[in-house]
Amino acid sequence: MRIKAQLAMVMNLDKCIGCHTCSVTCKHAWTNRRGVEYAWFNNVETKPGVGYPKRWEDQEHWRGGWALRGSRLELKAGGRLAKLLTIFHNPNLPTVDDYYDPWSYDYETLAAAPPSRHQPTARPRSVLTGDAMQPAWGPNWEDDLAGATVTGPQDPDLVGVEVAFEYERTFQLYLPRICNHCLNPACVASCPSGAMYKREEDGIVLTDQQACRGWRFCVSGCPYKKPYFNWSSGKAEKCLFCYPRVEAGQPTVCAESCVGRIRYLGVVLYDADGVPDAAAAPVGELVARQRALFLDPADPRIAAQAEEAGVPPAWIAAARRSPVYRLAVRWEVALPLHPEFRTLPMVWYVPPLSPLAGDSPGTVLPDTAAMRIPLAYLANLLAAGDPSPVRRALERLVAVRRLMRRLTTGEPSEASSDLPPDELEELYRLLALAKHSERFVVPPAHKETAADLFTLRGTAGLDSEGGVGGWGAAPSPPRRP
Amino acid sequence: MSLTGQFLWVILPYLALSIFVLGHLYRYGFSQYTWTARSSEFLEKRQLRWASQLFHYGIIFVFLGHVLGLLVPAAWTGALGVSERLYQEQALLLGGVAGLLAVVGIVWFNWRRWSVARLRRNSSLGDYLAIALLLLVIALGIYNTLLYPLSHHGPYNYRATIAPWLRGFLTGRPDAALMVHVPATFQLHLLAAFLLFALWPFTRLVHLWSLPLAYLRRRYILYRGLPPEAR
Ligand code: SF4
Ligand code: SF4
Repeated sequence: MRIKAQLAMVMNLDKCIGCHTCSVTCKHAWTNRRGVEYAWFNNVETKPGVGYPKRWEDQEHWRGGWALRGSRLELKAGGRLAKLLTIFHNPNLPTVDDYYDPWSYDYETLAAAPPSRHQPTARPRSVLTGDAMQPAWGPNWEDDLAGATVTGPQDPDLVGVEVAFEYERTFQLYLPRICNHCLNPACVASCPSGAMYKREEDGIVLTDQQACRGWRFCVSGCPYKKPYFNWSSGKAEKCLFCYPRVEAGQPTVCAESCVGRIRYLGVVLYDADGVPDAAAAPVGELVARQRALFLDPADPRIAAQAEEAGVPPAWIAAARRSPVYRLAVRWEVALPLHPEFRTLPMVWYVPPLSPLAGDSPGTVLPDTAAMRIPLAYLANLLAAGDPSPVRRALERLVAVRRLMRRLTTGEPSEASSDLPPDELEELYRLLALAKHSERFVVPPAHKETAADLFTLRGTAGLDSEGGVGGWGAAPSPPRRP
Repeated sequence: MSLTGQFLWVILPYLALSIFVLGHLYRYGFSQYTWTARSSEFLEKRQLRWASQLFHYGIIFVFLGHVLGLLVPAAWTGALGVSERLYQEQALLLGGVAGLLAVVGIVWFNWRRWSVARLRRNSSLGDYLAIALLLLVIALGIYNTLLYPLSHHGPYNYRATIAPWLRGFLTGRPDAALMVHVPATFQLHLLAAFLLFALWPFTRLVHLWSLPLAYLRRRYILYRGLPPEAR
């Protein structure tokens, strides 16, 4: 056993209001630059829909992630030799049109237009060419099911799911997505330059901007399409898990700014030696096996081994308070996004409850069997098609509501849960009331004492020339948590 | 020996070589962030699919052909029992095919860069220069291989002049006299190549040196840790 610590996130889809605050704050922090106008390290999709980039979940088309060859795990797009043979033209690379042609508006004319009878307009112009254009696809083009009758049926998660797209009968949910900082990252494995790496100490996956040579295999290799190709610099960029913030003990920008307070950050301990096996698990066991990788930080033997493996005591203490561990492992209400991609994502999701489908007069609280969002759909999204872990999570969420209704109204409630009432109440507190310090348990890394920061410039993410916080930018004052 | 000859076939090539070497060292040392293939596949994929593969595979074989034809002395191939005639035929056939692939690819590259607005508006001077010069060098090479023999009763025996000059040049004993009577189109091919090599380190062509062969023997998942003193 080789114990490692990982910073992980849980998003409670039941509470996401689809406001895109996370996307906007992230963009302001990281991608408001030439070459990545189209890139959203954090984006929020309305499901059902094709998403961003279009149909990213369809790995028969994009060939991202891992696949089983017999019992062996191999990159779905092919191994090392296949990579080198396609280096002159990567057949699985999306183009900018699969995301969208980024545009801006001609605001200049508004200010500079001479007096005239008609109001001047700001016409949309392509950022790529400067030509006038009529946007026909863009970020959140499907927001709140816009055009869902057209693109909705193309959602790859609809395989084997009956859904109606009439206004009265359909359903929707928001799916905020960032890089999952996977335990078995296909992006890292796909990078022929060795520029992508996972940080030993906290598992954050970064692109070394100095070492990236622009082969673009990370973009096609990631099944979540979360590395982005900067078409101006010719290098790949991706979500940094806001490492400059989390190193200082602060939550990521997306988590900090989340209006719905749906996000949780915490440390999990896992067995790195078990990763290959868990990633190669049979389809029906994926969720259970991925969950089983996490180790119980309350177990003194685990803690001792972790400390021996070099995990700092503060991190072990943080792992004990980790909201991620509690939601994903202890109560099993959070699930990994598309575990069948086999990258072992470290952003997990609490599935959303939803209104009742039929007319069930007198029913106040939802019943998992009659929910609007088909269980099979959520299972395709969060459990490789297996409805049982999703049903279990939903039942526990309903049990929390039953319990709280009984406690507040005094009405007797017939249904029971497999969780004792005090745990349900604890779950309720975490889901509904938890304060900043309970939602984000991020131990500071004290990197300010790290070795030679000067020579490490540019090797982690975007702190390079032309990048955010690049050379020449004003240094921000040092801050200690 | 004329001064022009000395300049063209001794001074100029060494100048180009020096810029080539020092330019690469400088860029590698000081500008890693700009060291990339700067691929435009993300902006235009349909044409690139064909143009890029034609060009790259073509140029690889063209390069191997040059190594064979220029660095291996004629006496060696002769000793292996390869007659001059057989050599010439092979050079024409294989070199011709590889050259044609490369020339179609590079013409397509140039056309694509000028005709696709997304590329035209986002290309640097270096991007244009690199493919224009490559086109010039390759076109002259194609002319020398395929058309020159037609108008001059058979191929030009560069293995008696250019090849020994190049070997002398690479070993520090350049003999400009070997080059002065070489046909003009061959001379131009070389002069254009000197220019290409001098510009090479300042363009995207540097990606050649980053061909990631080490990937073939690497483990998939890479970790990077903090230096021990920072833990
Ligand atoms: S989600 Fe992130 S860590 Fe996982 S494969 Fe994609 S880019 Fe890599
Ligand atoms: S800020 Fe929070 S609530 Fe708003 S869209 Fe993002 S994840 Fe959802």
